[in-house]
Amino acid sequence: MEDEKSAITAQDVRKSYSGAPREAGLNGFDLRVAAGSVCGLLGPNGAGKTTAIRILSTLLEMDGGRASVAGFDVRTQGRRVRESIGLVGQYAAVDEILTGRQNLVMFGRLNRLPAPAARRRADELLERFDLTGAGTRPVGGYSGGMRRKLDLAASLVVSPPVLFVDEPTTGLDPAARQEVWTAVRELVDAGTTVLLTTQYLEEADRLADRVCMLTAGRVVAEGTPEELKSAVEGDRIEIVFSGPADTQAALPVLARAASGELSVETAAHRVGVPVAERTRALVRVATALNEAGIEPEDITLRRPTLDEVFLRLTGDDRTEVRA
Amino acid sequence: MNAAVQPRSAGSLPAGSGDSPPLRFARALADAWTITLRDLAHWTRRPGTVVVGWVFPVMIVLIFGGLFGGAISVPGGGDYFEFLMPGMFTMTMLFGLETTMMAVTTDASRGVTDRFRSLPMSSSAVVLGRCAADMLNSVVGLAVMMVTGLLLDWSWHGGAGAAAAAVGLLLLLRFALLWIGIFIGLASGGPETVSAVQILVWPAGFLSNIFVDAGTMPAWLGAIAEWNPLSATASATRELFANPGMGADSWVEQNAVLMAVVWPVLITAVFLPLSARTFRRLKA
Repeated sequence: MEDEKSAITAQDVRKSYSGAPREAGLNGFDLRVAAGSVCGLLGPNGAGKTTAIRILSTLLEMDGGRASVAGFDVRTQGRRVRESIGLVGQYAAVDEILTGRQNLVMFGRLNRLPAPAARRRADELLERFDLTGAGTRPVGGYSGGMRRKLDLAASLVVSPPVLFVDEPTTGLDPAARQEVWTAVRELVDAGTTVLLTTQYLEEADRLADRVCMLTAGRVVAEGTPEELKSAVEGDRIEIVFSGPADTQAALPVLARAASGELSVETAAHRVGVPVAERTRALVRVATALNEAGIEPEDITLRRPTLDEVFLRLTGDDRTEVRA
Repeated sequence: MNAAVQPRSAGSLPAGSGDSPPLRFARALADAWTITLRDLAHWTRRPGTVVVGWVFPVMIVLIFGGLFGGAISVPGGGDYFEFLMPGMFTMTMLFGLETTMMAVTTDASRGVTDRFRSLPMSSSAVVLGRCAADMLNSVVGLAVMMVTGLLLDWSWHGGAGAAAAAVGLLLLLRFALLWIGIFIGLASGGPETVSAVQILVWPAGFLSNIFVDAGTMPAWLGAIAEWNPLSATASATRELFANPGMGADSWVEQNAVLMAVVWPVLITAVFLPLSARTFRRLKA
């Protein structure tokens, strides 16, 4: 716990919900996030991502285990923790009746800025998030993207050393998503530690220095996106065929060249072939297909995506071959 | 663009948990005031909702006083309208419960409450701010009702001091109902549930001596109505305003003023800790 370099730690944190569980619990959750880094907490719905964030931000009591944020014990130093964090929740937690500016001024006041400073800060944030025009309108009339931006702005009224961001871009269009990403990046450049939950692998790949994969309330894999990709399996050749007949005919040929199990996307006529030696395998596969008289539409050699790592680790085998 | 850099301690009241109790108290009050201002800003943003809330009891007065009043006689004699008004003041306090419930549950379901809880502000400030705004709302509502009453020939016949005490008892009831409202608002889990609870306000009002004297009801219903906390406040204010309707000789009726203090204090003693506990343990 006295680790100076860790902005967030969790050891064997447990939480179970009595009755019908609306949210997933935690089952021995461990986490260590270095100060000034972005950690992506990646997992499917019901993995416990939101529960983890709610416990670390003192909104929810844990059943067992220990956790600290910014060096303060989550259980016993709740107020200290709250002084050190910003929270961007899954829903835009802003007052819908008030205007965007009124919201920001209020949160500034609650963060102990004097009234003139709170007003100045509100205007700065509105400008930064391109909301200056909308600032005088009630939030109830905002689009989803504008609300998320305002929500993020409200968390940044004072820049907290640690920021929790729970699925920041769920339901946003690509442009708004880009803006949120830029804002998070800027914060990290200014020294903020960010714990980000997401279902989007692209988001974790883009933003996170390290990724923790969460399933059923515990972290099942942890590392940089690159580490995770190479840990799961090596390179693969991806081949697209022109139709189902070609795909079926190619499967036995490809199985001989593969270093592991094939993955088949039937609808797309796409087959993934895990291989051990990059270029030599490519030549071998191409030759074998040629000899069998099958001409593929496309053939590429590539590294695994986080998607594949994710599906493999979370035990989701939808894309695995079904014999 | 260095918009991200703004130290939290820029305020005149620096943060920290090792602060002296007076400083913390001053902060809680400052936070509560911010929350109160926020609710008052809602009034200016949605004046319609607020004004309807104030005018609605006036409508009920006109319905009961004008339409039904002719058919209702007051035991022990006296004008029904004079009997009705103190009851309607009590009913107005009860209507305030709906405002509280709806505001609290909306904040909770939209995540606003969670944001407040994740701030280093005093958690009692959220509730204190709500309390101040709702009490203010009810004070205005009560004033509207009293002016309506005076315009329609209702008046108090006791001293000014007794009238002031009656107003005090009404607001004490409102204060107690606030905690029921906060508790239900937090525990209900959404505006849909609250709408269902709101309907129950009516049977609670009818099963009291607000509209008719409990002595005219079947004995067992009358007993329930007499012990209804709303009846205590209605009877006590009738007594203090020297309006008709005092006649029943049951113990509760005889000690209406006492009960109009005891009930709200009891309700507060139960629901204030319950609300505080629910606030700290909010789940979703």
